[in-house]
Amino acid sequence: MELMKRFVLIVLLILSTCKGSPPVDENKPRQPAAQTIKIGVIAALTGSASAYGRSIVNGFELAAKEINSKGGITLELIIEDSAGRQEQALSAAQKLINSNMVAAILGPTLSTEMRVVGPLAVTNGVPILATSNTAAGITQIGRFVFRNSMPETIGTPLSIQMARDKYNIKKAAIIYGDDDVFTKSGFDTMKATAERLGITITTIEKFQKGQADYSAQLTKIKADAPDAILCSALFNEGAVILQQARKLGIDVPVIGGNGFNSPKIIELAGQAAEGLIVATPWFSGKPDKRVQDFVAAYKAAYGTEPDQFAAQAYDGLYLMDEAIRRSGTSEREKVRDALASIKDFDGVMGRFSFDADRDVVMAPLVIIVKDGRFQLFN
Amino acid sequence: MLAQQLINGITLGGIYAVVALGYTMVFGVLDIINMAHGEVVMFGAFAGMLLASGLGAPLWAVFAGAVIAAGALGYLLELLSLRPLRRRRVTAKLAPLISTIGVSILLENVALKLFGPGNHPFKTPLSDMKFSLAGVDIYLVQMVILGISLMLAAALYLWLYRTKEGLSLRAVAEDSEIASILGVNIDRAITITVVTASMAGGAAGVLIGMAYSNVSTQMGVSIGLKGLAIIIFGGMGSVGGAVAGGLILGLAETLIAAYWDSGYRDAAAFFIITLVLLVRPQGLFGRDAAAMRH
Repeated sequence: MELMKRFVLIVLLILSTCKGSPPVDENKPRQPAAQTIKIGVIAALTGSASAYGRSIVNGFELAAKEINSKGGITLELIIEDSAGRQEQALSAAQKLINSNMVAAILGPTLSTEMRVVGPLAVTNGVPILATSNTAAGITQIGRFVFRNSMPETIGTPLSIQMARDKYNIKKAAIIYGDDDVFTKSGFDTMKATAERLGITITTIEKFQKGQADYSAQLTKIKADAPDAILCSALFNEGAVILQQARKLGIDVPVIGGNGFNSPKIIELAGQAAEGLIVATPWFSGKPDKRVQDFVAAYKAAYGTEPDQFAAQAYDGLYLMDEAIRRSGTSEREKVRDALASIKDFDGVMGRFSFDADRDVVMAPLVIIVKDGRFQLFN
Repeated sequence: MLAQQLINGITLGGIYAVVALGYTMVFGVLDIINMAHGEVVMFGAFAGMLLASGLGAPLWAVFAGAVIAAGALGYLLELLSLRPLRRRRVTAKLAPLISTIGVSILLENVALKLFGPGNHPFKTPLSDMKFSLAGVDIYLVQMVILGISLMLAAALYLWLYRTKEGLSLRAVAEDSEIASILGVNIDRAITITVVTASMAGGAAGVLIGMAYSNVSTQMGVSIGLKGLAIIIFGGMGSVGGAVAGGLILGLAETLIAAYWDSGYRDAAAFFIITLVLLVRPQGLFGRDAAAMRH
C-alpha cells in the first residue's frame, strides 16, 4: 500500500514537470510580455506633512497611469501612509520589503523619515528613491539610496546670492523650523551662505511644525530692521509666516528655502507672498512641451497646478521605469545598478543625472512671486 | 518692543484661556477630561472659516455658525461616547477618557477627509484693521479676542456660581447619586455642560482663525495639549485658574521667544508649569488634594 502510494506520487510528479516546461522558442525576445512589477510608495498622507504627501502620490499615480498605458511592463504601486512619522514610515517599509516583496521603494516624504527607512532598505538590498528629501547626507546613507529631489545645498545659495546682488542685502534675519531635518538643513545652508557672502545675521529665530503664532519671533525680527528675511520652512508654515510678517509691516524681500516652492504658497498667503524668492528645480511656466503636457494632464486629473513635489514624484517614477526597462528584470540588485547608471534623463524638471553618490546633478532656476504667480527672477 | 510683545502674549493667552475653559467645565462637572475638546475647537474653527472665507459672512454670523456647529458636535459627543458608558455603569475612571480619545482621532481624520490637508486661510474684514498707540500697533482682532475671552469667562463663572442651573451642575460634580435623589436630572446637567463647553470651544476656534489667519486640521492636537496643561496648571475645574493659567502660559511663551530663544518656547513654558506644580500640586487656583477627593 505504502509502495503504491509512493509510485503514484512519483508518476504525478513526472507528469507535472513535463507539463510545466514550455516549448523553447529561440526567436522570442527575452523580455517577458506583460510583467507586473510591484513598487512600494511611502508617503505622508495624514498628519502635518500630508499636504506634501498628497501631491507626491498624485505625481506617482499620474506617471503610473501613463507608463502602464504604454504597455510592456505594468507598474503596480503599493501605497503606504507614514503620517510623516519615523516609526510609521519604518513599519511601512518593513511591510513593503518583506511581505509585498516590492522591487523598489519610492519615498518616504520627509528627510527625517529617510534617516530610519534608508538604513533598512540598505540592509535588505532594496533600491529606494527619495523624491522629496532635500536634507544633506541622504544618499550617503548607503549604496541603495537615491534621490531626484534637489538638495538645499544647490538651490538656496544661488537664490540668496542673486537676491543680494539685486537688492543690495547687507543684513538679514533667519527664521527656521528646528524640529525637522529638512528645515534645519536648509537653515545650515542659509547661515553658511550668508556668512560666505558677508551678510550680517541680525537674529536667528526658530519655530516648530504646525505652529500658528509667529508674532513673538517676527516682532523681534522687525525690531532689528533687516534688509531681508531668510526663511527655511515648509510651505504650510511658510505661508503663515509670510502673512503674519506682512501684517506686522515687515516688507523686505523674503528668501525661502526649497519648501516654499509650491503654487500653494501663493494660494495660502495671497498678497503676502509677493516678493518671495526661491530656487527651484521645477518651474511650471517653462515653455517646454513635456512640461506643459504634464501640467495639463495634472490639472485635468486633480484640478490644481502641480507643485515641485508632484513634479519630482512624476519624474521619480519615470526614472524607476527607465531602470526597470534597462535591467529587464525586477531583481532588486540589478534595478539598483541600472538606476545608478542613468545619465542625462530628460524629465519635466529638465536634464537629470545621478552623480557617483546617487545624488542629484541638475541646474536650478531662481523664481520670484510677482502679480500672484511665480516668474523667473533676474 | 516690550509693549508689542506683551500684546502678542496677551492675545495668545486669551485664546488659551477660552480653550482651557472648555476643559475645566467638563472636568468640573463630570470629573473627566474631554480629550476630544481640541478637535471640537478645530471643527468650530473650520465652520467659521467656511462662513468667513467661503461666504464672506459678517463676524457675528461667523461666531454664531461656529458656536452652533461646535455645540452640535458636543451634543453628539455626549450622546454617543459618554452616555452609553454611564448607561452601562462603567465605573472605570479611564473609560470616558479613552472613548473621548477615540472621538478625537475620528474627528481629526474626518476633518482631513472633509477639508483636506494643510492650512486654510481664514479671511475676515476685521483682520487688517489696526490702530497705533504710542508707537505700538494694536489690531482690532487682538482687542476682540481679549474682550471675548474675558466676557466668556465672566459669563461662565456667573452661570456656574450664581444661578440655580449652575448650582445643580456643581451638585452633580459633588456627588451625582445624591444630586439625582434630590431631583437633579443628571443626563440633562451633563449634556448642558458638554454642549456649553463645546460652544465655548467653537468660539475659541474662530478666535484662533482670526488671530492667525489660518486654520488646519492639525490645530486641535497642539491647542488641546496646551489647554490640558493650562487646567492642570491653573487648577482642575477652576474658571479663574483657566483664565489666569491661559494668560500666564501665553505671556511666558511669547516673552521666552522674544527675549531668550524661540526654540525653547514650549520647553520653557512647560518647565515653568512643572515648577509651579512642585510647589502647588493642586494648581494655582485648585482646591487641595484632600478636598478634591470630597
